[in-house]
Amino acid sequence: MSEIGTALLGLGDKLAAHVLLSAAAIALGIAVALPLAIWASRSPAVARATLGFASLVQTIPALALLALFFPILLSLRAVFGEGLPTLGFLPALLALSLYALLPILRNAVTAQANLDPGILEAADGVGMNFWQRLRLVEAPLAAPYVMAGIRTAAVWTIGAATLSTTIGQPSLGDPIFAGLQTQNWVLVLAGCIASAGLALVADALLGTIEKGLAARRRRLSLAGLVAVLLGIVAALAVQFGNRAEDRVVIGAKGFSEQYILARLIGQQLETAGYTVDYRNGLGSAVAHQAVANGAIDVLVDYTGTIWTNQMERRDTPDRDTMLAEIEEWETRTTGTHVLGRLGFENAYGLAMPRARAEAGGFAAIGDLAARGQGMTIGGDPEFFERPEWIAVRDAYGLRFAAQRNFSPTFMYNALQSGEADVIGAYTSDGRIAADDLVFLDDPEGAFPNYDAIILLSPETGADPDIVAALQPLVGAIDVEAMRAANLSVDRDNDKLSFAEAARQLAARIGL
Amino acid sequence: MTSSAQPLVEFREVRKSYETTEAVAGVSLTIAPGEFVALVGASGSGKSTLLKTVNRLVDPSGGTVLFEGEPVESLPLAALRRRIGYVFQSIGLFPHMTVGENIAIGPRLVGERLPEGRIARLLELVELDPAMAVRLPDELSGGQRQRVGVARALANDPHLLLMDEPFGALDPITRDALGERVRALHADLGLTTVMVTHDMAEALLLADRVLVMDGGSIVADENPQALLHGAGGTIAQDLVAVPRAQADRLAERAR
Repeated sequence: MSEIGTALLGLGDKLAAHVLLSAAAIALGIAVALPLAIWASRSPAVARATLGFASLVQTIPALALLALFFPILLSLRAVFGEGLPTLGFLPALLALSLYALLPILRNAVTAQANLDPGILEAADGVGMNFWQRLRLVEAPLAAPYVMAGIRTAAVWTIGAATLSTTIGQPSLGDPIFAGLQTQNWVLVLAGCIASAGLALVADALLGTIEKGLAARRRRLSLAGLVAVLLGIVAALAVQFGNRAEDRVVIGAKGFSEQYILARLIGQQLETAGYTVDYRNGLGSAVAHQAVANGAIDVLVDYTGTIWTNQMERRDTPDRDTMLAEIEEWETRTTGTHVLGRLGFENAYGLAMPRARAEAGGFAAIGDLAARGQGMTIGGDPEFFERPEWIAVRDAYGLRFAAQRNFSPTFMYNALQSGEADVIGAYTSDGRIAADDLVFLDDPEGAFPNYDAIILLSPETGADPDIVAALQPLVGAIDVEAMRAANLSVDRDNDKLSFAEAARQLAARIGL
Repeated sequence: MTSSAQPLVEFREVRKSYETTEAVAGVSLTIAPGEFVALVGASGSGKSTLLKTVNRLVDPSGGTVLFEGEPVESLPLAALRRRIGYVFQSIGLFPHMTVGENIAIGPRLVGERLPEGRIARLLELVELDPAMAVRLPDELSGGQRQRVGVARALANDPHLLLMDEPFGALDPITRDALGERVRALHADLGLTTVMVTHDMAEALLLADRVLVMDGGSIVADENPQALLHGAGGTIAQDLVAVPRAQADRLAERAR
């Protein structure tokens, strides 16, 4: 229990970011919903259209809605210029505001529709104009219902905001995603408790305002409002009070190796006197985009990923040629600086338990094509969409009975439990040795090379101090060291924190 | 009929039709200052619709309504309504405002503050305790609420008071008392009053002039004495027959 307490205490800045994001999204939702509701109350067609749209938005899963804003904002750069952020606060704000729209709009429209017609007739009869009627009669009478809608929106938004972690916006989703990745249930629980607690507090405070409005007790409403504002101000103070100007933001995709390497880089920079911040759990494409546009400053990426996903190349040259071409391509198109290889490779490969591979006579990928039709293949959520998989599948003519997606951690469990027969695994994964897995040979060379490389955003790459601070990492980590570090956070018992794993890794490679 | 002064309200060929029905079918008449006119008819006879063309809660499909000599559609809507007191069956007190705030709402709309003494005076006019000004409408009885409704209608010193079934939802005793009170205020304040009612007895007891409407047209325009003496035609006499028969039966019983 004290572990959870400690984890909770470490969430102050995440909580502050979560509060600010949610508050901004609800505020924007209110700002859009209320004028729409007024318009809708004057026109049934508008009411139908707006409520229909808001309901439609509501059917989109929150995670998908967040993800959708990345391409939308990317295409809007044609209008607003390259400075438009595509990751982090802005897309999270927009998606969550859309999400908050429905309950506010629906309650406001319903409240207006249910106003006593006699009261509206009296308002007209005493000579109120449109705005007087709205301000003096309709708004105060609808206020408690609108407030109830805002309350619902707040609870939804605070819950959905945990998902904004995936598009690079810090939130209480950070510990949840990080914990899920490594089966660190203390972190997951801490994140859940914090976000649920925040939702309860917000609900109670907004409920107080609602009660005050309904009972026409102005002081009660004001007290609730003041408490809400104090919470937001406190969050602002935390968020901006300790913000150092030269803070370096390190990105990490959503798996253990990335979390550890981000900490390793962070510790290296902190030793050099920098303040660092982490953006955890980024998707592959999102992460690369983020380092290219400076939303994050440092990222560990993999040559094969850039080669196939960003450069859309299908050939598989040797690793030196590939790296040289990537450097040239990054310089030319994104301005991202390639600092160098870390030393190990984290390739995709098809892995099976050794016992099963030997019993079935599976040594190379081609054997799966010949005798694997009845088998189930497992992969991480990206795997089956990635061009590398498609290239391998087509090169060997692979056909499976079923393919299933797992989070990377659960994928290895699935292999153990027999829910998958073969998985798209990572060669640097600590669980390869721990679970006694073997990689099937790839004689066609269909999987490209996946050297881990350090990418620096255009601005950071031009900073000689940061380059100097990170230079010792280049070529320093071999695959055994990385596997050991990965295992130390992924194993079931005696897990290390990412920071601790990074320290042990640093010690092992002599930093 | 007074012919010397300019009419306060004049209807010229006023028509109002809805999709399938014609609520008002070409009504022309004048109302002189100081008259207390009752507009009587069955449900759907068009009497409420005709009344509401005066303060433009209903806009006519044809014809013109003149108020103090000016076509009502030429006046700014809010300004027109502030010059006309309006009392109606569902009262429509604003539930989030105190009695005093309800009464003062008209002046407030044009940025004036109605002095507390004036609010107290208005409450006294409708026979309510001035201390009630701080109460909310929810705390009042139905009759008290309609009294506040009348006080609110009088707050702007209107020349014309429009009443649409004002006592329809009240119990008979309250109804009678408030009717008498309004009649007295009409005289004391020099108002012109047009009251819509379906109750011929009420019309005969309160009004100087009774208009009977049927199918969107005025079918009788008489004073109460004339109606009670058989004038106005069959539709009007059918309406007069109801309270008269009731009175006769009551007299019978009392014997």
